Amino acid sequence: MATVTYSKATRIYPGTERPAVDHLDLEIGDGEFLVLVGPSGCGKSTSLRMLAGLEDVDDGSIHIDDRDVTHLPPKSRDIAMVFQNYALYPHMTVYENMAFALKLRKTSKADIDKRVKEAAALLQLEDYLNRKPKALSGGQRQRVAMGRAIVRKPQVFLMDEPLSNLDAKLRVQTRTQIAALQANLGITTVYVTHDQVEAMTMGHRVAVMLDGVLQQVDTPRALYDQPSNVFVAGFMGSPAMNIKTVPVTEGGALFADMTVPLSREQVAAAQADGGDGKVTVGFRPEDCDMVSPTEGGMPVVVELVEDLGSDANVYGHAALNGTNERFVVRTDRRHMPNMGDTIFVKPRPDRHHVFHAVTGNRI
Amino acid sequence: MNFDVAAEADKLTMLGYGLLAFVVVVGGLLLLLDIVPSWFARQREQRLAMAVAGVDPAAPPPARRKPREWLFGLFFLLPAVLLLLVGLVVPAIRTVLLSLMDGRSESWVGLDNYSWMFSQDEILSVLTNTLVWVLLVPLLATSVGLIYAVLVDRARLESLAKALVFMPTAISFVGAGIIWKFVYAYRGPEQEQIGLLNQLVVGFGGEPQQWLQNPPLNTLFLIVVMVWIQAGFAMVVLSAAIKAIPADVVEAARLDGVNSWQMFWRITMPSIRPALIVVVVTISIATLKLFDIVRTMTNGNYDTNVIATEMYNQAFRYGQTGQGSALAVFLFVLVIPIVIYQIRNLRKQREA
Repeated sequence: MATVTYSKATRIYPGTERPAVDHLDLEIGDGEFLVLVGPSGCGKSTSLRMLAGLEDVDDGSIHIDDRDVTHLPPKSRDIAMVFQNYALYPHMTVYENMAFALKLRKTSKADIDKRVKEAAALLQLEDYLNRKPKALSGGQRQRVAMGRAIVRKPQVFLMDEPLSNLDAKLRVQTRTQIAALQANLGITTVYVTHDQVEAMTMGHRVAVMLDGVLQQVDTPRALYDQPSNVFVAGFMGSPAMNIKTVPVTEGGALFADMTVPLSREQVAAAQADGGDGKVTVGFRPEDCDMVSPTEGGMPVVVELVEDLGSDANVYGHAALNGTNERFVVRTDRRHMPNMGDTIFVKPRPDRHHVFHAVTGNRI
Repeated sequence: MNFDVAAEADKLTMLGYGLLAFVVVVGGLLLLLDIVPSWFARQREQRLAMAVAGVDPAAPPPARRKPREWLFGLFFLLPAVLLLLVGLVVPAIRTVLLSLMDGRSESWVGLDNYSWMFSQDEILSVLTNTLVWVLLVPLLATSVGLIYAVLVDRARLESLAKALVFMPTAISFVGAGIIWKFVYAYRGPEQEQIGLLNQLVVGFGGEPQQWLQNPPLNTLFLIVVMVWIQAGFAMVVLSAAIKAIPADVVEAARLDGVNSWQMFWRITMPSIRPALIVVVVTISIATLKLFDIVRTMTNGNYDTNVIATEMYNQAFRYGQTGQGSALAVFLFVLVIPIVIYQIRNLRKQREA
């Protein structure tokens, strides 16, 4: 049980100018499940590996509890990691894989046996203890990798995209198992993924990164409802939020014939800092309604309708200040339009997000 | 030196014929390789086209295709089988038969040659020497290669360091033997030393030694040459195996808390075990068959003889074909278990 603190932690790979992780400040509470998420190359894995000790910290520091681990070797940090490709020892059986770290710590045979058996029971691996990793399926290997981390009873769990090699169904199943396991064990966990659904469903808090810079840390709900900038708004949620930069007037943001109302403060903020009479407005596909032509919606020509079973995504384009802009609307299956139809889309009041056109920050 | 074209005309003609024959055979084979598969492909296309067009939906029955493919396989197998037969199987059988005959291959002597082999003191010393070679060379060459591969792994100038150790592997055994003969060369204490080793000894105030003439150490000095050659091979293969260990497995071990020593014994060694076996087996076989180094450096004198050189001496210098053949057969018998072990290992790996 432990807290983890990154203080201005920076990693610059030799031979590169731009830091892979740039002054990362992040506090992770005791027993918390924190998800690091972002597109590939955003520095999330590097951040995790810095905490593991597999990557040098060029500047700043990392603490586990009050202990400065910035320059400690991996083995002195009391952490366990689950790798994307599981990294099981191919020449050892499942049992030996799980017992290896304990054996190195000179734990007594009986104690090792007890802990391995416990972990195996927890992960339904009892029948496979004598098998070598290559005789296991992907899902079983993934569980062995989990087991290897669990038996250690470390202060912190690190997981680097542990589900990305599983098929879609198993991934969803394992996702809930990992979340439940973490809740049971109560061990502080840092989890890296590029999948925003995993981030939303598993994390107590989610840290979104881009280009080595932390964008926002918050609960999944706050992240979704109050994204702090355009990138976070566009990254979280599938299908992605409709985000357009449009002219701003006294009354609000101009979407062709439709005006999205903005408060006076928002209009003022949009025009500050070189806003140049524009503002960036975003609304989620599920936060808009299809209305009748007279109700002041924006005309959108339907290009594609995705029937998801539970509901449907409608993709289309609208002429916006002379260019065709694409929009996505989530709708009830009973009101699915056809391809080529023109629908009238209106964002629900106060469910839109407003960002500065240049800085991208939330207004 | 004069070169009389007229006098050499016969040989030149022979050379011409030889070259022509070579071109005809190789060219013919290449031509066949080109024609035959395309002919088969055309046949298949035609059949496919007919089947698609519905001209002949019933034909061809699949049973008819099988013998064709079998023939096709045989065609590719034939050159190898022929060469093996002529170059390996027949001589092997003949050697076994010769080993049961006397020195001039005229009468049967049963197992006399074998009982001679194990009753002569000189031959027993040959066998002992061979045993020392086979025990020491694979062990030393592999250890040196492995330690070197581990030490230079991910070091600066790694490729240069590896090239330096690998280079001796490219030198022929005879070349290496001659090079090291100079290293071990001996001149009387009053003369200037031309051998590196004796110069060093003299430099440190010692007496020059006749390294290659004093058993049993002289065998060890010969073994150094073989290790010098084979360590490069071992190093290259093992280095590749070490590099093939997945980075995340190494990282997982570091997180699990291994130190360098445990990393080597518990992760590196088990991971490269297959490569290690291949290296040890390959070097063992090469060592069992060793001939050139002993032949060039001591010619088997001073109690440094090994089976292959003794076999050569018996068969071709002393005219004892039977005894030479018996030694050859014994050498063959010694290699067999190693080969079987190797094949079983390869099969196990393939199944795994």
